[in-house]
Amino acid sequence: MSDIHATPSAAVADSQDLQFWMKEDHHPENGTLLGFWIYLMSDCLIFACLFATYGVLGRSYAGGPSGADLFELPLVAVNTTMLLLSSITYGFAVLEMQKNRRGTMMAWLIITGLFGAAFLGIELYEFANLIHEGAGPQRSAFLSSFFTLVGTHGLHVTFGIVWLITLLVQVGRFGLTPANKRRIMCLSMFWHFLDVVWVGVFTFVYLMGVLP
Amino acid sequence: MNTPDLVKLIFGRLTIEAIPYHEPILIGTFAAVAIGGIALLAVLTKYKLWGYLWSEWFTSIDHKKIGIMYMVLGVVMLLRGFSDAIMMRAQQAMAFNGSAGFLPPHHYDQVFTAHGVIMIFFVAMPFVTGLMNFVVPLQIGARDVAFPFLNNFSFWMTVAGGMLVMASLFVGEFARTGWLAYPPLSGLAASPDVGVDYYIWSLQVAGVGTTLSGINLLATIIKMRAPGMTMMKMPVFTWTSLCTNVLIVAAFPVLTAVLALLSLDRYVGTNFFTNDFGGNAMMYVNLIWIWGHPEVYILVLPLFGVFSEVVATFSRKRLFGYASMVYATVVITVLSYLVWLHHFFTMGSGASVNSFFGITTMIISIPTGAKIFNWLFTMYRGRIQFEVPMLWTMGFMITFVIGGMTGVMLAVPPADFLLHNSLFLIAHFHNVIIGGVIFGVFAGINYWFPKAFGFKLDSYWGKWSFWLWLTGFYFAFMPLYVLGFMGVTRRMNHFEDPSLQIWFIIAAFGAVLIAGGIAAFLIQIFVSIKRREALRDVTGDPWHGRTLEWSTSSPPPSYNFAFTPVIHEQDAWWQMKERNAERRTEGYLPIHMPKNTAAGVYIAAFAFVIGFAMIWHMFLIAGLAFLGLLVTAIGHTFNYKRDYYIPADVVARTEAARTEELAAHV
Repeated sequence: MSDIHATPSAAVADSQDLQFWMKEDHHPENGTLLGFWIYLMSDCLIFACLFATYGVLGRSYAGGPSGADLFELPLVAVNTTMLLLSSITYGFAVLEMQKNRRGTMMAWLIITGLFGAAFLGIELYEFANLIHEGAGPQRSAFLSSFFTLVGTHGLHVTFGIVWLITLLVQVGRFGLTPANKRRIMCLSMFWHFLDVVWVGVFTFVYLMGVLP
Repeated sequence: MNTPDLVKLIFGRLTIEAIPYHEPILIGTFAAVAIGGIALLAVLTKYKLWGYLWSEWFTSIDHKKIGIMYMVLGVVMLLRGFSDAIMMRAQQAMAFNGSAGFLPPHHYDQVFTAHGVIMIFFVAMPFVTGLMNFVVPLQIGARDVAFPFLNNFSFWMTVAGGMLVMASLFVGEFARTGWLAYPPLSGLAASPDVGVDYYIWSLQVAGVGTTLSGINLLATIIKMRAPGMTMMKMPVFTWTSLCTNVLIVAAFPVLTAVLALLSLDRYVGTNFFTNDFGGNAMMYVNLIWIWGHPEVYILVLPLFGVFSEVVATFSRKRLFGYASMVYATVVITVLSYLVWLHHFFTMGSGASVNSFFGITTMIISIPTGAKIFNWLFTMYRGRIQFEVPMLWTMGFMITFVIGGMTGVMLAVPPADFLLHNSLFLIAHFHNVIIGGVIFGVFAGINYWFPKAFGFKLDSYWGKWSFWLWLTGFYFAFMPLYVLGFMGVTRRMNHFEDPSLQIWFIIAAFGAVLIAGGIAAFLIQIFVSIKRREALRDVTGDPWHGRTLEWSTSSPPPSYNFAFTPVIHEQDAWWQMKERNAERRTEGYLPIHMPKNTAAGVYIAAFAFVIGFAMIWHMFLIAGLAFLGLLVTAIGHTFNYKRDYYIPADVVARTEAARTEELAAHV
């Protein structure tokens, strides 16, 4: 019945002298990386919705072209390579950051950004081609969901590049301060996350899309 | 470029015709708002309050002030949402025997849509977020939230979303689709005007704020608890807040995604939810309820936490069944994702699917019932004090049980086929939202007000407010249960059968009582401010509370705790009092705190402009505003000096003043 009668704490109280206030300064662990992880998971849910929408509508061609008609796998393979390479080079940048080598780190970040830009360029080329062929997002529910899923990923990469440039300026001006290192780690998580999403897009949309 | 093109480039489809100057009701409202607004601005200017408001409140990153601002936003929007409600009640009571009432369908449809959107997104959500913001850091012995700037930004995004809804009253019109805007009705073909766009953009802007504040509070609760506060020693309100924020982070992105798809259908011409080219409107209905059902638990779970705190405090007992309360909360959190389909049993899912979702829905009543019993057993043999927060709690327990039982009725698919879209459903969800959320918010306001301002709320007017709300609720919604059983459907602006009128008149009377309850609440605030010296509490612990927020002064200093508390038991403050723990009065250290910043206000202002410009197809302005938003956000990241130290002697002086006050009181 301990819920009804408060337990007499006197017995315990005498045995030990409890401390109720901290004498020294209390520094909770920095929550930025955890917070950013949670943000990534919320973003992941947006992608989950878009994948689900593609799953439902991906075969609704409305008499229009299908994935097998449209997708050029070699081009997409090159594109995928660009993004995967950019993830590796970002990893190199983080290794350099841990060794506090600012110059090489920035060089790797620039290479990462260039790979990202190449990825975006190829994606835009693909989109332009599709629209030119009359297979734009308005043509069918399949194409609506295709353009939205792939385009949302591309939009994320675009913001990643904007962020990367901002970080390059900040590291260049203020050096590898703890704040900047934390930001580089956040962007690193963001960048790899986009890579993982792309692996899903490549498999689920392109590889499975060309199946009859 | 000739002039018409230039006008179109700047103003998009906004023309002078969008101002509803031929609608007497709207012009009257506008005049009242304008006069009230000018009067307010004049008072602020006369007493030179602008600088104070700007530097101490608007740009503040103090979680307590942001919490209070959320509550103010909730009260203001409650007035708007309630005006919509009482207009609907009046319309339905009048529109019989040949009278068409005063609201034509075109208006009536906007009114019920706005009512739902405002009450959920801009009343209930700010109230809930405000309470969590104010209380959680204090309860876990922290000095602020994990990301103080983000907190301020989230608040202003919510405000920007609310302002977009308000703007629709005077510029253009609001959606006529119901609060969830199902396509194809909300698609371009059936709703070509700006109403649905107002709906989309206000929710998108506010949704960013809600998601970010969810992430923020989640990181706060996980990372910033005082030493010794293990998960099973967290106060129950903190537990329910934790689960709520998990739900926010796991549900709001779905809303963002589905509204984005709807806007693509409307702006780009895609075919997600259209009737042709392979679109599938059921996709929208599924997705929006995958957000929508967790949303109702987002609203009610924190209030379950409030009731738990209130019932333990005013029964002078430790909460009965703490562990079962925690598990019940977690079970509800998980189950809330497995029931969304019960909102559309009638839309062709088939018997097996309906059975699954019917059963999961009924299962939710088990943990919820466990909670009710825990509260009852906490009261059992307690020394109950009938203070205003406790009245709200008891009113909740009775009302919510009734609402819960009608919910279980609706969970039975065959019954739902009869009751779907009837006034029975309307009565049910008002039963749980008013009985659960609104009563909980008032319990919370009455409970924590003295913590926030240092004086209690006047209990005479508090009791008036409670009894008017309680009786008003029953008068307003019990007739709707009856009408629902008679097959009367929702969202109609008038009915032919004269025998129904009496029920609508009773319901309208109930709405008038609720109006009295709201008025009594406002009077309560006003009277309490006038009588604040008589209601003053210098102890910081007016209710003889159990959790850490009562261990500091009222209002708490900006740093909350001069020394971080160390926790040994669930009811940490209760234990400290039992052991006569001495307040530490020496050895102060400088305290590390975040600095105020205006960036959140600016970014949210740009978001408002983007939303408004997109609604009216002013794409040039939208683009410029987006650029402005980006530049401001990036510019803010160049500000590395975001914190400062409160010097030890300032802390010592603040704490010495409190020591003196406490001594004078005893």
